[in-house]
Amino acid sequence: MDYELSHLRMLEAESIHITREVAAEFERPVLLFSGGKDSCVMLHVATKAFWPAKPPFPVMHVDTGHNFDEVIRFRDETVDRLGLRLVVASVQKSIDEGRAIEETGPRASRNRLQTVTLLDAIEEQRFDAVFGGARRDEEKARAKERVYSFRDEFGQWDPKNQRPELWSLYNGRHHKGEHMRVFPLSNWTELDIWQYIQQEDIPLPPIYYAHRRDVFRRDGMLLAVTPYVTLLEGEEPFEELVRFRTVGDASCTGAVESSADTIEAVINETAATRITERGATRADDRISEAGMEDRKKEGYF
Amino acid sequence: MELLRFATAGSVDDGKSTLIGRLLYDSKSIFEDQLESIERTSRDRGDDYTNLALLTDGLRAEREQGITIDVAYRYFATPKRKFIIADTPGHIQYTRNMVTGCSTADLALVLVDARNGIVEQSRRHAFIASLLRVPHLVVCVNKMDLVDYDRGVFESIKDEFRGWATKLDVTDLSFIPISALKGDNVVHRSDVMGWYEGPSLLHYLEEVFIASDRNLIDARFPVQFVIRPMSDDHHDYRGYAGTVAGGVLKPGDEVVVLPSGFTSVIEAIETADGPVEEAFAPMAVTVRLADDIDISRGDMICRVHNQPTIGQDLDAMVCWMSDQSLLRTRDKLTIKQTTRSARALVKDLQYRLDVNTLHRDHGVASLTLNEIGRVSLRTTVPFFFDDYRRNRETGSFVLIDEASNNTVGAGMILGATQ
Ligand SMILES: Nc1nc2c(ncn2[C@@H]2O[C@H](COP(=O)(O)OP(=O)(O)O)[C@@H](O)[C@H]2O)c(=O)[nH]1
Repeated sequence: MDYELSHLRMLEAESIHITREVAAEFERPVLLFSGGKDSCVMLHVATKAFWPAKPPFPVMHVDTGHNFDEVIRFRDETVDRLGLRLVVASVQKSIDEGRAIEETGPRASRNRLQTVTLLDAIEEQRFDAVFGGARRDEEKARAKERVYSFRDEFGQWDPKNQRPELWSLYNGRHHKGEHMRVFPLSNWTELDIWQYIQQEDIPLPPIYYAHRRDVFRRDGMLLAVTPYVTLLEGEEPFEELVRFRTVGDASCTGAVESSADTIEAVINETAATRITERGATRADDRISEAGMEDRKKEGYF
Repeated sequence: MELLRFATAGSVDDGKSTLIGRLLYDSKSIFEDQLESIERTSRDRGDDYTNLALLTDGLRAEREQGITIDVAYRYFATPKRKFIIADTPGHIQYTRNMVTGCSTADLALVLVDARNGIVEQSRRHAFIASLLRVPHLVVCVNKMDLVDYDRGVFESIKDEFRGWATKLDVTDLSFIPISALKGDNVVHRSDVMGWYEGPSLLHYLEEVFIASDRNLIDARFPVQFVIRPMSDDHHDYRGYAGTVAGGVLKPGDEVVVLPSGFTSVIEAIETADGPVEEAFAPMAVTVRLADDIDISRGDMICRVHNQPTIGQDLDAMVCWMSDQSLLRTRDKLTIKQTTRSARALVKDLQYRLDVNTLHRDHGVASLTLNEIGRVSLRTTVPFFFDDYRRNRETGSFVLIDEASNNTVGAGMILGATQ
């Protein structure tokens, strides 16, 4: 016995520790589950953390209404299989109720509107801890965010006023109306995520693997042809062998050309790739360098 | 593949960002779009070269001021290891950040500018690394290109640093002469410093032996969460979930549960992947005991003949981390150690430590932001702790302000108050 753990086991242990800590110290946690690969890993870790019991919290999907059908089907199958309660917070409902205003124009997306829906749901359901699957390697503003990210009554993040986080001691104390965003996968990279999905054989929505799809080119990215986007002049749809590296609002999540149709092929591709997943596939994040920081301050994921 | 966590520290302009940028770049952990983005920013700012340092400036306030304020975490991997860097800004105001970065580090990397040699900040960085018991300290003497790669310069810095380090508790100390800008001895060994026989920095990081740094002797299992499925399949199941904080636990071990003092035997150690024969830090497992005893979060399972100190009075070195308040005697705070929380009273502030000279200032009335001092605490309930030097998990705690709920202090336990 050499008493060594692989990097994936170390990361898993840390994430389990964080997940249990939240379950022990908060009254009403909820786990954000979009069907995206990070949230699948986060949910998988949560099921391992409490085994043989179920995770003692529900999962929540902030539904933009702009979905890939495969992802919604996958979401429902997953919560059924695990016997969890699913809360759906609907952006469409926020729009219908006048809480959020739909963007207009061909590049309209509902990504930003999710903040309103998310914060309303947190308030209505009195959630005090919200698990998110964000990783620090994704983006610069995230690199400095804590595992326990404190949010005030307005759901806002204040990057200049974060709690120091030392050893494996997390401070979850908060006043009524405030809440904590918790990121158990903070220290994972995209490659770690894929290697772990392989090691644990975690099911994912099929759009993560290469498939043929109607796409068109916009701003140097491949976007899927869906009912939620209007083609601009000169944009010609064509069929391509693609896969997605992230799952988001179908109107602005880009696909990458890829023939990787197995987990092994995806890992090889990820190890060799030279572009971050956000750079490659999130139209909305390319707006400005500070885009994510601003959005996070408002209360985004 | 193993995981190595390291903290970096250096004074402003010693070349820390350049070095980290180079490690990320040469290990192909920088993506093209990130590179394009910093190339664009460099151009916009009128820099005449692509400033790799920009990779590590996260927040807008930092970019605007051109300085790093907060700890940032960076990731890269080689075929041998995955690395997590806690990049801590070096300025004196940021002692708390280095303390934070070091708290989880296997290794601390301190940068020294070859032209300036050991400065006050280098001494402080070494001291903090030793206070936090970071097992390995590596000093990179940077900008060797600006001193003609001169061996004498390197050796004299090394000697001076070693002299200082004898006053500290440093177990493993190494020195590497580098040029972060030119890449000498960063990833590959440099041809221009033939006199240096050691490894390149990356090679050192890949090879440094960390497996023996953990405590495999004193079994400590702080109970984090009690698992009771209450389903038909697992009707009477009762498991104690937690992260092993030291030693090795095995089924069949005779154990005692603190604070009750009841003894039992470990029946099984379980994970969702199946039972394990041995559990050691930092494994997250679930322990089942042979007897039905009342156990809850905050209790600790350990071996009958190897128990931690149990008590309500403890002495610790505390780093104060708040700019809103001071630490003073008679203050009441919340203490969190392992999975246990309670209230604590500051009984005594024995002295403040000058982090640059190690001089002890007795008779001070308070600690302010970034100050470190020896403090005696009394807690409302007993805690189960070890000397921080023996166990970083059971020997550490944080202090929380009861009004603001902020984390205001970090403590390293010395032992029970005498
Ligand atoms: N000549 C030389 N210059 C260096 C070296 N490393 C860093 N620099 C320069 O020193 C300055 C400060 O470097 P930077 O990485 O921003 O320092 P930081 O404040 O420690 O992050 C920059 O102009 C770098 O180009 C080196 O090895 N040799």
